[in-house]
Order: sequence, then C-alpha cells, then structure tokens
Amino acid sequence: MAGIIANLMSGLAPTLATAHGAAGHAVTNGAHEAAAAHAATPFEFITPDAGPGFALLILALPLLASVLCGVYAALGIKGKFPAWSTVVLLAGSFVATLMAAGTVFQSNAPLIVHGFDWISLKWGNVPGQSLTANFSLFLDQLTVLWMLFVTGLATLIALYASEYMAGDRGYARFFGFFALFVFMMSCLVMGDSLVLLYLGWEGVGLCSYLLIGFLYKKPSAVAAAKKAFIVNRIGDLGLALGLMLAFTQFGSLEYKEIFRQVAELQAGVAHGHEVPWSIRAIPLLLMVGAFGKSAQLPLYVWLPDAMEGPTPVSALIHAATMVTAGVYLIARFLPVFELNPAALNTVAWIGCLTAFFAATIGMATYDIKRVMAYSTVSQLGYMFLGLGVLSSAGAGNHVVTHAFFKATLFLACGAVMHGFAGQLDLRRLSGLWHMKGWKIVSASMLVGCLCLAGFPLSAGFFSKDMIIAESFVTEGFGGSLLGLLALLTAGLTAYYTFRVFFRVFVGPVEYHAGDEHHGDDAHDDGHGFHPHAPGWAINTVLVTLSAFALAASIPYLIMWFGASHDGWITGLVSHSTAKASNITVGVDHTATFLGANPHFIMYFVSGGIGIVGILVAWLLHFRGRTEAATSPGAEEAARAVGPILTWATNKWYVDEFYDFLLRKPLWFLAHVFYFIDALLVDGIVNLFGWMPRAIGGSLRPSQNGFLQSYAVGMTGGLALLLVIVWIVG
Amino acid sequence: MSDAMSHFLALTPMADVTLYHYLVVSAAMFALGLVGFVSRRNMIVMFLCTELMFQGAGLAMIAFGRRWMDHNGEVFVIFVLTIAAAEAALALALVVLLYRKKHSLDTEAWAQLRG
Repeated sequence: MAGIIANLMSGLAPTLATAHGAAGHAVTNGAHEAAAAHAATPFEFITPDAGPGFALLILALPLLASVLCGVYAALGIKGKFPAWSTVVLLAGSFVATLMAAGTVFQSNAPLIVHGFDWISLKWGNVPGQSLTANFSLFLDQLTVLWMLFVTGLATLIALYASEYMAGDRGYARFFGFFALFVFMMSCLVMGDSLVLLYLGWEGVGLCSYLLIGFLYKKPSAVAAAKKAFIVNRIGDLGLALGLMLAFTQFGSLEYKEIFRQVAELQAGVAHGHEVPWSIRAIPLLLMVGAFGKSAQLPLYVWLPDAMEGPTPVSALIHAATMVTAGVYLIARFLPVFELNPAALNTVAWIGCLTAFFAATIGMATYDIKRVMAYSTVSQLGYMFLGLGVLSSAGAGNHVVTHAFFKATLFLACGAVMHGFAGQLDLRRLSGLWHMKGWKIVSASMLVGCLCLAGFPLSAGFFSKDMIIAESFVTEGFGGSLLGLLALLTAGLTAYYTFRVFFRVFVGPVEYHAGDEHHGDDAHDDGHGFHPHAPGWAINTVLVTLSAFALAASIPYLIMWFGASHDGWITGLVSHSTAKASNITVGVDHTATFLGANPHFIMYFVSGGIGIVGILVAWLLHFRGRTEAATSPGAEEAARAVGPILTWATNKWYVDEFYDFLLRKPLWFLAHVFYFIDALLVDGIVNLFGWMPRAIGGSLRPSQNGFLQSYAVGMTGGLALLLVIVWIVG
Repeated sequence: MSDAMSHFLALTPMADVTLYHYLVVSAAMFALGLVGFVSRRNMIVMFLCTELMFQGAGLAMIAFGRRWMDHNGEVFVIFVLTIAAAEAALALALVVLLYRKKHSLDTEAWAQLRG
C-alpha cells in the first residue's frame, strides 16, 4: 500500500518541484509561466506497452458481485449477504485499481492489457477491410483517474445502500444491478476500443434504466426510467454514427490505431495541411452522444426525473460517475476534437448555457434532491465548458472534486429522505442541525454545500476556477462572454446551494413526514411520526466522503502557496490523450480580466461571487425565518421577481415544450398509423380469413343429412359424366 | 333404332336372345334399383334396391363373359355374390341396431348428420 501512495505522489513530484522553485516569484509570474506551457505542439501518441493482467480484476470483481446477487435472488436468500458481498468485491476492485495505478504511473506509455479475443472480422486484404475489437483494457493516467473515483465511490455508496435499502423486497436485485453498473462503467472507461466503450455506454444506460425504475410499482418511477432511456437513445444515435464514421476514416476502432493517425493529422495541421471534412465531422457526432449521457442542453431533461431512483443510485450513477461518461468521451478524444475548432466551440457554449440554465431552475425548485439534480446538470455544464476551452485539466479536476462533494450532498439528502419518510420538500423541513442524531448529516451537507458553492479554499472552488479562468484566455470563443456567464452561474450556484442549507438544516425545528415508509419501520399506525436518525453505515460513509471532499482541496492549497494554478489531477490528465495541444486554438497569454492575469484574479473574483451568493441566500432564507414553509426575505424576493419565479419553478416549461413539439405530433402520427394498420393491413389479413368461411357457409346447406338427396346427387353426377362421355366420345 | 332394340320390341321375327337383350334387362334392373333407392325411405327397401342394382351389374358382367367366352365375368360375379352375402348380414344387423335406437326404419330419423 505504501508503494502505491508513493507512486501516486510521484505523479505530483514534478509539479511540486516547480512549485518550490517558483516560490520566490510573485504569484502572477508563476501563473503566467504556467499559461505559457500551453505551447502549440502537435499531439503525440506513444505506442502502448503490454500491461499487467491483474487489471482485469477491476472488471471481473464487480461482474462476479452482480452474478452472486443474482444467485442470492434466485435462491431467495434473506439478509444482507448481497450488500456485504458487493461491498467486499467492489473494495477489491478499488484495491486492484490502486495497484494498476501504481503500474501506470511508472510507465511512460499507455498500457494495454489483453483479456481475450472478442471480435475479429476480415473481408479483404486492404487496410480498413477488417475489424478487430478485443476485450482489452487501455490504461493511461486518464483511465486510472476515472477508475479510482468510480470504484472508490461505488464501494462507499454500496456500504451506504446496505443500510438505506434495508427491508426492501428487491435488496438482492438492487445490488445486482448496482454491481453490474460498476462493471459496465469499467468497460466504458477502460476499454481499448470504441466498441468496448460503446458496450459500456449502452450497459450503463441499461443499468441506469433498471435502477431508476427500481420501484417498478410506482408509475412516476417507470415513466422516469423510460424517459431517461429514450432521451439517451437520441444521444446514442450520435455516438453510434460517430463510431461508424471513425471506422470508415481510420479503418480501425482501436485507440492505439486511431490516436496514431490523429497524431499524424495534427502534425499535418502544424504544417498547414487541411483536415478533411469527414474527419472533422467525427467530433460533431461524438459530442451528441456526450450531450445525451451527460445531460446537456437540449437533452438534459431526463436527469432531474431520474431522481425517482433510490438515492444511492442518484448519488453514484446520476451525479458522480455515469453522467461524467460524456466528459470522459470528449476528454479521451480531445485530440480529435482539436481537429475541428467549431466542435470545441459548440461544446463550450452548450456547456456554459447548460450551466446557467440549470442553475436558474435549481434556484426555484423546492424538492431538495431535484435541486441537487439541476446542480449536477449545471456542474456538468462547467466540465463541458472546460473541455470546450481546452482546459481538459480543469474538467478532469472538476469531475473528481464534483464526484466527491456531489455524492456527499446526495447521500445527505438521502439520509433526510430515509429518516423523514420520503419528505424532500424544503418548505416542510427545517432545523435538522438542532435535532438529535442529525449532526453528522448536517455537517456533511455543510461541507458539500461549501464545495459546491465554490467557497474560497474548498476543492470545488479551485477546480471551478481553473475552468472559468481558462475560458477568459482561450481565443476565438465569443470573447469573455463565456467566462462572464460562468461567473454569474457561480453566484447562482452558491445561492441555490445555501438556499437548501439555510431552509432545511438550520433555523427553527419543524418537520412533516412524507408518505413513503420503509418496510420494517412503518409509522402509519396513527401514533404520530418519529424521524429516525441514520445508523452507523450511513454516518460512516458520510464522514468518509466529506473528509475526501475536504481533503481534495489540500493538494490545491499546497500548490497555491507554491504559486501554481495547476491542480494535482492536472498531472494525470496531461499524461493521457486528454492533454490539450492547442494546435488549432490559440491561447491569449496577454488576456487580462479586471486588469490582471485571469488565473490569478479569478480566485478573488469567483470566491467573492460565491460569498455574495451565500449572503443572498442567508438574507432571503435564514434571516427572520420562524417557520419551515416560508421566510420574510423569500416572500419579498418572490414579490420582486413576480411571475418569473413561477416560470422557473415550472422548469421554464421545457418539458411542456418538448411535449408539444415532439410527443404530441408523435402521438398523432401513431394514431394515424394505428388506423392505417387497423383498416388496411388488418383488413387484408382478415379478408383471407373470412373467405373460406364464406365459401363454406354457402356450400353447407347441401350437407342436409338426407340419404336420398346424396343419392340423387351421386346419380346426377353419374348422369352428367355419362352425358359428357357420350358427347365427347 | 338399333338392331337389339328392334329385336326386343319384336319388330322383327328374329327370336335369338343376343347380348343386347341381357344388357337391356341388366340396365332395367339397375335403373329400377336406383329409382327405388332414391324414392323410398325404408331402410330395408333401400337395401333391397342396392341388391337389385348389384344384380343388374352382375348380369351385365355374365353377359359380357358369355359373349367373349371369358370366364372372368362369371368369376367376378361369384366373388361379388359372396361379398354381397357377407355385406347383407352386416347391413341387416346395422338396420336392426338402428331400428332399436329410434323404433323407426325411416332414414329421415337419422338426418342429424347434416353440415
């Protein structure tokens, strides 16, 4: 274990060394030097080496856990066996990831671990007339970064779920799908070809569908599951088309071949060659898939509804891991995206607009879990903005810090939901901090809120700033408009985050139970409701996660005082294909914001904006509040904005708009086709069924049962025959 | 008018009994049997009518056998007679059984086998 930690630290060592060297300079100089490191050198791809076979355990253990849960369910075994076996096997997967990380950090080249031969087709001898997709893993530092938080969080959240899901009839089913999700996510992240990525992509979509609709007797959950699946289909169509186009252009779907050719293309760009449009179209298609999976405009509508799933699922799949698959896809293929600046521009603008748009809805939503869902959409928007302005390092940082603090927030909300029988309305809960047994939940919530709000020196503060600052210096992206919108969004984020905190966790103690009761502790006996505080498993996980969320800022602090704006994750991202080469998009090193280097000034600007947002939330939702339902400040603000509040509470009527634009016409068309089917197609088929009956009916009277009439018939027939013979003969 | 018909109607003095005479008798027997079978409803009478048709056909075969000096005709008729004897036993037994069921020999009593 010590060796692994040492390896992790060795990834930081170069950054730390420069940090110490630059300690004597002014902070601004250090930041400028770091910015100058973005020189336009073409993307280089190092030929992969063979990797260690034990890395396959990272995938195999969750799959085994899933199969075991299936066996438990089939044998009808009661108790917590599914939870314990899943937690243990996922922890094993995490340890295997740590060990693989140790190997990857020692290697300069990416590692390929061959599992088994999977698909091998050949229909000609020319390159491009064969398709090879082995079940192999592609390990570089980006993979390791993703797998570390995927397996780590999955283990913790499985432990949380062991208590949260207790008493549910589908206990084994839940953990089976949960472990299957981790397996599919591993395929997505670790696959060495687009085929394996696609398998994982569809697999996590399936698991998401199964887990959102986990409570399959609840109509809203079933509808939300279908919505998530169908909206994702639209995105997946883009991914599938991008994959096919990539195959026609590169003649292979394996990363090692694609990136080798992309490196050649980028070298060509450096020498002034044009990139053919057919290759420039690939990122445009791939990003549609990313927008669907990562809930960006206009395909974000499924994610808020996905909160119908159990809270551990919301925390793991719909906040921390699966929704970052789109970020991973673009980060992995950043060299391809760099061949088309228009694609990067689109990604940046879609991300920025999504961040702003979702934040405005989050400000007016009363369901605390949905506030967190809109916040996830908004933060994913930041990550896309980061990728779009070629701050893949910033996006990578934000993915990791966001994974931890958003999981903390969701699990804290889940603990509230669990303890108050499904109550999530912030107008019906208040003052949890002052209630017995809710200190840990409230404190974790505070940690998560501070990180999400970008409170100075928290982890979210550093990672968000990297993205915002980079959007001011990257050229050709609508000037500083992106950055300004992102800054405004940071203020809105701080407001809606602390709106939840000030309403639910502090203030006068007041609560109303929801209408969901967990199996073994139903409180519907008419003797009043007693909230039950979370037990040891939930508390342990909350403490661990908030500790991680807090600790994530320590490396930033070290480097900040060392006069560097690079986060510790930056080293990992820039040792992978996600490193930006700036070959088509330049960086304006002289750009200033408020008269200073954006990387430097942003700490103060965004920190200040975050504090202002928190203060506004305090004024509106804490000061003078005597009841849970409302507060004087909030009422005043509602009067001031008038109907805008209603519009925002109704999610700007986007669902209604989609309903009018897509669902209604489709419904109408479906009925037209139904009538065509019923009248024309069914008509022809029924005609063939009706004909024998009609003929039989017309001949039936001849079978009258009288022997004589049959004899006459026979005689008549004989006579007829004789006549014919007589005439012919 | 054919020669045979002329002989039969005694329009000519020729008294020889030829093949045609036998065939006419045979056809008459068959026609009588057929008319009887179609017009009567009594099962025993209908049965007798079928026997009459049998014998008409048999007579024709014997006549042909005699005419061509080929004994297959006679052999065949003896064979048919044997079969007819067995069949008569069977058919009359059936008639008895049917009679016991409905106390009637009328075929209309068994008309429920209609489509």
